Amino acid sequence: MNKKTNKKTIIEVKNLTAGYKDMLILNNVSFTVQKGEIFIILGGSGCGKSTLLKIMTGLLKPFDGNILINNKDIYNSQGQDKASILKNIGVMFQNGALFGSMNLLENVKLPLITHTSLDSEAINLIAYMKLSLVGLKDSSMLMPDQISGGMRKRAAIARAMALDPEIIFLDEPSAGLDPVTAAQLDKLILNLAENLGITFIMVTHELESIFDTGQRAIMLDKNEKGIIAQGNPHELKNLKNDKRVFTFFNRLAD
Amino acid sequence: MENAKLKLSISENSLETTFFFKGNLDAEGVAKVWVKAKALILKTSYENVIFDLSQVLIIDFAGAALLLHLETLILKQITKESSVKFVNVNLKHEQTLQLCRKNFITSEKIIVHKKQDDFITATGKNTFSFLDELSATISFTGEITIAVFKTIFKPKTLRWKEFFLIFEKTGVDALFIVALISFIVGLVMAFQAAMPMRMFGAEIYVANLIGLSVTRELGPLMTAIVLAGRSSSAFAAEIGTMKINEEVDALLTMGIDPVYFLALPRILAAAIVTPLLVLFADLVGIIGGAIVLVSLGHPISAYYAQVINQVSCMDLTGGLIKAFVFGILIASTGCFKGLRTQTGPSGVGMATTQAVVNSIIIIALADAVFSIIFYIFNI
Ligand SMILES: Nc1ncnc2c1ncn2[C@@H]1O[C@H](COP(=O)(O)OP(=O)(O)OP(=O)(O)O)[C@@H](O)[C@H]1O
Ligand SMILES: [Mg+2]
Repeated sequence: MNKKTNKKTIIEVKNLTAGYKDMLILNNVSFTVQKGEIFIILGGSGCGKSTLLKIMTGLLKPFDGNILINNKDIYNSQGQDKASILKNIGVMFQNGALFGSMNLLENVKLPLITHTSLDSEAINLIAYMKLSLVGLKDSSMLMPDQISGGMRKRAAIARAMALDPEIIFLDEPSAGLDPVTAAQLDKLILNLAENLGITFIMVTHELESIFDTGQRAIMLDKNEKGIIAQGNPHELKNLKNDKRVFTFFNRLAD
Repeated sequence: MENAKLKLSISENSLETTFFFKGNLDAEGVAKVWVKAKALILKTSYENVIFDLSQVLIIDFAGAALLLHLETLILKQITKESSVKFVNVNLKHEQTLQLCRKNFITSEKIIVHKKQDDFITATGKNTFSFLDELSATISFTGEITIAVFKTIFKPKTLRWKEFFLIFEKTGVDALFIVALISFIVGLVMAFQAAMPMRMFGAEIYVANLIGLSVTRELGPLMTAIVLAGRSSSAFAAEIGTMKINEEVDALLTMGIDPVYFLALPRILAAAIVTPLLVLFADLVGIIGGAIVLVSLGHPISAYYAQVINQVSCMDLTGGLIKAFVFGILIASTGCFKGLRTQTGPSGVGMATTQAVVNSIIIIALADAVFSIIFYIFNI
């Protein structure tokens, strides 16, 4: 799919072992993400997908192992270094995590105001474009508690994209969206990856979305506490030797 | 990286004006040229304009915003039929621009501020919300009364586990702060009173003063204020958070009355624990006074005798009855505010603040009412 052959590794997860307090969730997990690809994290509920995103975005320190973003270890960098890594990533949390005291426009504007020296007119124009991209330009003045769950999700995506970061993490972006909106979102993600070279790391359960957008996927498992399969989603679907993968892709109750 | 820096240059000939963009059209570059580029365009009116993007390396949303904004500004100035042409745009940039153009909204159409209510509308809304609040208070009082009676006849229906937990949190955990405040009040009051009374050789009567004022007034009042700050706020925050998380709605759909389920255990626990705390506060306050008098050279037995002579059983009981009522008032204010929490980020905060403020006001009013009643009945 990628026209360029000289792929560049943008994220490297090395021998990651992590969890909460004395609960081990991920054991010795390693993988890499290439620049500009749409990378999908799969797995049953509670297997640690959100946890993995939290670790990759610098929010939860792992027990062991390293996360390198652009060859910089996020848990071993401080101050300016860490700020420049964070400026390059956008995160959409599973429940949106919009700031309740700000309307949607202000939510999207916040990172732009904080991290760029753009003119306020330019910031408004950009923020409006982002809201329009997710179909929310007419709701810009609403507060997060005045909109539906799906709208909150889309607003959170707009906020994650505000700075045109190199990497965007999305935790179940299309959960709770109608099929049309979900398809539009997939198209948008593909478009941004292709044209702006944005790398997406996406947790999703939507099979259609996985096949439409995903270039590479890993599948986590709760019992294994790690990756049980990885590769192109279309290849994974036809993988018959692992029952867990097969049941997932063919929507079977095992 | 010198050629990554965004540069804008203009060349004109008789037919057209060409804007050359060079470098990265990204947030960083755009931030530097935005004002300058706008000024350049507003200064003169151009006719045939060409945006040449041959030297552009990157276009992101900020860059697209700049190009599209400049385009709108130019188009507004042009009088004759003419347009802005983008030339030498590579495929990637073309697609980005297309995506942005589809979602671009010109500056004038952007709403940045919500319109606010005018004075009359605001007054009307406030009046209605006040009336609303008033009727809710009345119906809440009614519901609580019914719930209390139901519980008296069927004590098994109360959530006893919750009751004891709240009992512990409101009572036992408040012991230290109640003790501290009462002790200091007793101590300071005794000290302040001892000075003038010494002039009349009546220093020992400080004991009477302390005994009476602590049991009748200060013990109940101080404890109530501490509980307003500690427990009323906690109740409002706990129930308010549940309200916001739709847990209260979940109770309603299960046919469980939230007043009964959430408010009642708290109100009963507070009603019982407050008199106990007051009893403790009375004791500590009197000890505070004793320390002052003993340090001024009076024997502890004299202090004890004075207090016992002065303070009647009625004084003490009066204080405890007050405490019982204060407990109910504080807890119901907290629960009421919690159940009335508005959704939104400041909802819980506002409910908590109002719970504390209203509790204190209600305590002050109730205390005044008690003074009148006690006076009439000569207690
Ligand atoms: N803050 C926390 N403290 C302790 N344990 C947690 C915490 N958050 C999650 N867990 C545990 O970590 C495990 C993985 O949770 P995680 O949220 O990563 O799952 P997930 O794969 O994202 O599931 P889902 O698809 O339902 O969102 C779960 O077993 C959960 O109990
Ligand atoms: Mg999750």
